Amino acid sequence: MDNDLILRIANHPSYKELKAKRTSFGMRLTLAMMVVYYGFVLLVAFNKPLLATRLGDGVTTYAMPIGFGVIIFTILITAVYVRRANREYDDLAEQISKAVLK
Amino acid sequence: MSRFPLSLRQLLTLAALFGVSASIWAAGADLGQTDKQPTNWTAIGMFAVFVLFTFGVTKWAAAKTKSAADFYTGGGGITGFQNGLAIAGDYMSAASFLGISAAVMVGGFDGLIFSIGFLVGWPIVTFLLAERLRNLGKFTFADVVSFRFAQTPVRIFAASGTLVVVAFYLIAQMVGAGQLIKLLFGLEYWIAVVLVGSLMMVYVLFGGMTATTWVQIIKAVLLLGGATFMALMVMSSFGFSPEAMFAKAVEVKTGIAAAAGKPPAAAAAQGFSIMGPGGFIKDPISAISFGMALMFGTAGLPHILMRFFTVPNAKEARKSVLWATTWIGYFYLLTFIIGFGAISFVLTNPQFLDAKGGLLGGGNMAAIHLANAVGGNVFLGFISAVAFATILAVVAGLTLAGAAAVSHDIYGVVIKGGKADSAAELKVSRLTTVALGIVAVLLGIAFEKQNIAFMVSLAFAIAASANFPVLLMSVLWKDCTTRGAVVGGFLGLVSSVALTVVSPSVWEVTLGNPKGSALFPFQSPALFSMTLAFVGIWLFSILDKSPRAAQDRAGFLAQQVRSETGIGASGASGH
Repeated sequence: MDNDLILRIANHPSYKELKAKRTSFGMRLTLAMMVVYYGFVLLVAFNKPLLATRLGDGVTTYAMPIGFGVIIFTILITAVYVRRANREYDDLAEQISKAVLK
Repeated sequence: MSRFPLSLRQLLTLAALFGVSASIWAAGADLGQTDKQPTNWTAIGMFAVFVLFTFGVTKWAAAKTKSAADFYTGGGGITGFQNGLAIAGDYMSAASFLGISAAVMVGGFDGLIFSIGFLVGWPIVTFLLAERLRNLGKFTFADVVSFRFAQTPVRIFAASGTLVVVAFYLIAQMVGAGQLIKLLFGLEYWIAVVLVGSLMMVYVLFGGMTATTWVQIIKAVLLLGGATFMALMVMSSFGFSPEAMFAKAVEVKTGIAAAAGKPPAAAAAQGFSIMGPGGFIKDPISAISFGMALMFGTAGLPHILMRFFTVPNAKEARKSVLWATTWIGYFYLLTFIIGFGAISFVLTNPQFLDAKGGLLGGGNMAAIHLANAVGGNVFLGFISAVAFATILAVVAGLTLAGAAAVSHDIYGVVIKGGKADSAAELKVSRLTTVALGIVAVLLGIAFEKQNIAFMVSLAFAIAASANFPVLLMSVLWKDCTTRGAVVGGFLGLVSSVALTVVSPSVWEVTLGNPKGSALFPFQSPALFSMTLAFVGIWLFSILDKSPRAAQDRAGFLAQQVRSETGIGASGASGH
């Protein structure tokens, strides 16, 4: 790519929108994933009795839904990002490409 | 297990998880090697069918593998769904199937803590790297890292990071394969290692990335299918009630504790302990550090990163990670059910137990015995064959990544200055594949009796401390320079290896130094070595006033435009 084309893309409003949206969304979700996972690890490290508390009359403890919850959360948060990216980011990238490559 | 000292128990479970049979680790602690089992012809027959079928696939793939691009990326025409399955096939190792289900059988909830660690890296790959990798790279992750930097030093760093990670991972897989085959098929150790090495070479040499991908897909489908069947059989016997499954497991564990002479209250407490966290996480620093190695190591494994270049565009790259995350998460749920099923159906059946109440063939046989319990001898043969096929697929992916680092990064760019022709590069990658195959077999034989548990953990720690920081900073940080990336990357590489050597699991357990003499008290170096790498990249970049640094920074805009939009990205090459 020549410099002129790069500058035209970089100055295109859709490019700025795409860059800002993707970066902030990606960072926020990364942070959310880290909070959930390290929160889980710290809970295991510092509050074992809470996790080993029974939910009801049976033997099932809080640990089970929380552990499974982290797995489900991991899959869902990935799905949330991919869904939004597939709908929004590719359209924006397409717009930019159409506008500058004429 | 709770009778063992905490650290021993931790290590056993760690070993099991890290793709290594706990009994292999136990060999070091003198708890007995894996025992050779009677030759299992059903399993060997099923495995032979798998091999014949994959040879057919390789023949078909070989016809399509003409250029270096075909060899490295299968021509870039693999769909997101296929690639997602192949990534899952690359990531779900045989020993994680056997090891996690065994860890769950022994420790209940503790087993789940490990699986979660192995899963949480995937969203990070998705949010920060997948699309950008696809838009910037062509064949290897070094293409991405070196996009705007001086080629030679960065490629040398990336190839070193790749080869070191691949070597440790490969040794663990080869030794794991040998031990497993001894257990599952009743073959000699060396035969198994040579067999894995030769079959892998056939796939990679002739079929390149196309054959490797399809072997991984087939294996992923077989493994997921077999594990689903086992989990369904377990759940159906409890009327699909998790509570009933847990209750029975607690009852069995309580009975075992009582039979060992515990008073009723203590036995009940021990039985119930599988429902909550046990001794795995001791100090929070080790826990966080270990968690970081798993979370960010995934985003730095060269054979996983390479898979993103096999899809045609960023959208398919995203879809692949979503599929991979879904399949891998699903697989960990299955291994959890299989582990609990093993408590109820294996630990209570004298057919599967030795005189002392342990599992026949060693601790990692939980899933294998459960296969027999729920599906009979034919299904047992099927699961054994799948476990072996699984190792083959992982080994093939690793070898391909190592071969690409040598032929594309070192030969193609560093030696030939990017002017190597496709045919010559292809020849070098095939020669490297043969060399890596021979080295893997020799190392596998040399390390037969070694404690190799730390090797996969080391591979993750190095990937998190060397490859990942350099990749992330080069893609996202404008002021990153060649010098910063190379110095910081090597700091992460060297410190993660050095800290692992002086950590308790290697210094005391493997090298036999006295207990308490390890200089580095934590289980994983990642928290420290990753920090060192990031600080190194930052410091050496901002202090870098060379003309090259100015050029590196000036190149950021062009790199960013391409990484964000995909305009100018190498498309599905070879079409």
